[in-house]
Amino acid sequence: MSQIRAKIEKVLDNAERLNEVLNAFLTIDREYALKRADELENSPIHGKLHGVPIAVKDNICTSWTRTTCASRILANYRPQYNATVVEKLLAEGAVIIGKTNMDEFAMGSSNENSAFGIVRNPWDLERVPGGSSGGSAAAVAAGIVDVALGSDTGGSIRQPASFCGVFGIKPTYGRVSRYGLVAFGSSLDQIGVFGRTTRNVAEVLEVISGRDERDATSADVPVPEYTKQLDDEIKGVKIGFPRSLFGEGLDAEVKSTIEQAIENFASIGAEIVEIDLPLLKYGIAVYYIIATAEASSNLARYDGVRYGFRAEDVHELRQMYYKTREEGFGAEVKRRIMLGTYVLSSGYYDAYYAKAQKVRTLLRSDFQAAFQKCDVIITPTSPTVAFRIGEKTDDPLAMYLSDVYTVTANLVSIPGISVPCGLSKEGLPIGMQILGNYWSESLLLRLSNAYELFFPIQAKPKVWVEKE
Amino acid sequence: MKNGWEAVIGMEIHAQLSTETKIFCACPTSFGETPNSNTCPVCLGLPGALPVLNWRAVELGARAALALGLKINEVSIFARKNYFYPDLPKGYQISQYDKPFSSDGILTIMTAERDDQGRPIEWKPMTIRIVRLHLEEDAGKNVHEGLPEVDKFSYIDLNRAGTPLAEIVTAPDFRSSWQAYDYVNHVRRALQWVGASDADMEKGNLRCEANVSVRKIGETGFRPKVELKNLNSVRFMQKAIEYEINRQIEAYERGEEVVQETRLWDEKNNCTRVMRSKEEAHDYRYFPEPDLPPLIVSKEWIEKIKAEMPELPDAMRDRFIKDYGLSFADANQLVSEKSLAEFYEQTAKLSGSPRTSANFILSELLRELNNAGITVAESKITAEKMAELIKLRDEDKINNIQAKEVLAEMFRTGKSAHEVVKEKGFEQISDVATIEKLVEEVIEKNAKQVEDYRKGNQKIFGFFVGQVMKASQGKANPKVVNEVLKAKL
Ligand SMILES: [Zn+2]
Repeated sequence: MSQIRAKIEKVLDNAERLNEVLNAFLTIDREYALKRADELENSPIHGKLHGVPIAVKDNICTSWTRTTCASRILANYRPQYNATVVEKLLAEGAVIIGKTNMDEFAMGSSNENSAFGIVRNPWDLERVPGGSSGGSAAAVAAGIVDVALGSDTGGSIRQPASFCGVFGIKPTYGRVSRYGLVAFGSSLDQIGVFGRTTRNVAEVLEVISGRDERDATSADVPVPEYTKQLDDEIKGVKIGFPRSLFGEGLDAEVKSTIEQAIENFASIGAEIVEIDLPLLKYGIAVYYIIATAEASSNLARYDGVRYGFRAEDVHELRQMYYKTREEGFGAEVKRRIMLGTYVLSSGYYDAYYAKAQKVRTLLRSDFQAAFQKCDVIITPTSPTVAFRIGEKTDDPLAMYLSDVYTVTANLVSIPGISVPCGLSKEGLPIGMQILGNYWSESLLLRLSNAYELFFPIQAKPKVWVEKE
Repeated sequence: MKNGWEAVIGMEIHAQLSTETKIFCACPTSFGETPNSNTCPVCLGLPGALPVLNWRAVELGARAALALGLKINEVSIFARKNYFYPDLPKGYQISQYDKPFSSDGILTIMTAERDDQGRPIEWKPMTIRIVRLHLEEDAGKNVHEGLPEVDKFSYIDLNRAGTPLAEIVTAPDFRSSWQAYDYVNHVRRALQWVGASDADMEKGNLRCEANVSVRKIGETGFRPKVELKNLNSVRFMQKAIEYEINRQIEAYERGEEVVQETRLWDEKNNCTRVMRSKEEAHDYRYFPEPDLPPLIVSKEWIEKIKAEMPELPDAMRDRFIKDYGLSFADANQLVSEKSLAEFYEQTAKLSGSPRTSANFILSELLRELNNAGITVAESKITAEKMAELIKLRDEDKINNIQAKEVLAEMFRTGKSAHEVVKEKGFEQISDVATIEKLVEEVIEKNAKQVEDYRKGNQKIFGFFVGQVMKASQGKANPKVVNEVLKAKL
């Protein structure tokens, strides 16, 4: 038996076995993955990811298997094309073993909004993995794959990375093509990478980054060789410490862990400067106006005309729209469509959407001012460790507030990475977020890599593949 | 207008820009293909697909804007217009809203009221304001005919989805249906002239909507307006507006109110019908399209497009009047279509007879073209051939009646004027010696009449001319015949 096939078969076995507990995958395509493994074995071309198994979030289009966005409305939808990132992964020899579970249409912070069941956190099965890319985070955390793709609209990679104790990067807006990423908030969405290690993240980010003619918002900015710059010096890097963000609402244990992490950075040569981000507190309000406004429009196309799901027993056009959308979407998606429709409505537009856009512009200047003083900014990724399943489902506002540290990066289009930096007393991972200026992914990865080497976390989650 | 009422009309025109591919993807815009064959993930609105602007649509939009006197904005923003309809695959149309591609246009058109027979009474210039011209994508089509179980299902053809459109909106500056009619014709010609659009209403690549209200002369505000749709030809549009003006005046005079609504022109019953009321009107929830960066054009780019523009019809008309001594009516008719105007100018230059050329083209050639239902560009006659014919006529080598016959034959066969003249044996005999011979024969044969004439019966001179012409089978040059006869008699 070929080497790649053997490896992939093992990965598929693990995925299938652990999925019974974690529900991290919506689709595990064994037949496709094995065929792909055989093709690679015989291929004379050896790409950067030759034979590397990868999991892909189920809102990224794959032409050979369904792409559901964890929604009933797309339950049987198979795209007729591959997302650009998928094409790039395949071109470098990756093997996509399956599609991961998520909050429906990437709307959520706990993965409890999937139409196909919640995902469990490998560190504590009673807790959420975070969201919306909870399946990708859990799959990497449990060791099923070393890397997975996610998408991040307001923290959907960084927060689950933090909850699951893995590395997760959201690149600069425009760094990675969105072509083939099912849109939630188009001006905020960005595909990114989860990894067991920083190097894993860098390897895949290097492959998927770059200008794409099919995405007018992708930037024509050269892509550095992230993997080759990983070990570069971090001495003298100025780390911004926004003291005012370490106050109310932040779990004490998380607070002390992140403060310790900042000190740790100082101990290996980074310079710490205090900064202020006075407008950051408006981030959540601005985010939930802009994201929902865009979502209300992006999700209009799921109207029962196409994609397979149509309410039964409808006799008239409007009735088809109403019933299909009522039955096809989950509660959180409907809540956000309503919110977004409201903020764009005539008479309310100026008070909400237009004002939010103005604050967004001010936030950008806020960050640019901060980046005059420092190279990166460190915050907690999330104010708490992974919460219990069901703990916040009845309180959407509390759920939204848990995104406080992550949403601004999307609003101002800058990159951010979540780096595991400790465990709580209960043994749950804590992640720190490092934010950088536009196109500073290489610096973020270098800092992450340095931290990983100097302050490694040895503990493994409860659910973990046995490695030989 | 009756009892001191006046109409207030604003026009919206959607013109399909003549690009080869769609505005946000590379699918062809060709017409009449198998349903849903000219499609891709982008124009199908598939999840995850993204629009990329076709620069050719921007260029043609710029030409259209400049031809209509609009100012091109260096920065414009695409916006989503949200509404649900099966032929709109994304659930929104990518259009432009508060920052359109071009705005602030001032346009002078020629307009005339019409008499009972629909003939123009007096052409006068009129200046109107064009608020904006913006770029947007077209929707697909719902199909209700010719497919299985059409009583149960509607079908959707997305071939047209994503076709580039320019939407052109005027201020409510028109005061009569004929002004609106003349405006639409002006726009059609302008768009065709600069190659921005085929602007053919029958093919649906130019669509009009009219906003109509009435008010008492002297009122400065506006009364509720009615939006008229389904105007499938310029003529229907004029009729619909006229009907609507009268309907509204009559309603007010009966003491009723006019409500703001959308009405359709009912071709069969010659009236307008309610399509939807104000309450049912959409809230389009416009917001900037996040998938497309702002559309930015430089001053240099605008200048380059300006430099590439052809001479516009009004300028050409004025030049024809000045340079070729044509009447306003003739010049205006010659610039009614670009290929005709160019044909005329070439003919005039090649023949050296601009006025004869104008007369002949406007009377004879236009008649042939109208009968055949084609433009001069589609006909077999070239300006070179036309100029040759004009010269033959100018030099009196053929007479007027012959010239018409020659043209008809040229039009039919595409032969040159000389060829036709030769074939028909039309070549006029101007050779004095030949004519003298004919005259001598006639004098010889008609001794009695010659005597009469010489005695003083001048009236019978015409008889001799007739005889000589007959003997020459109509080919003799009448001028020469006259001279020779006078001398010999
Ligand atoms: Zn297309």
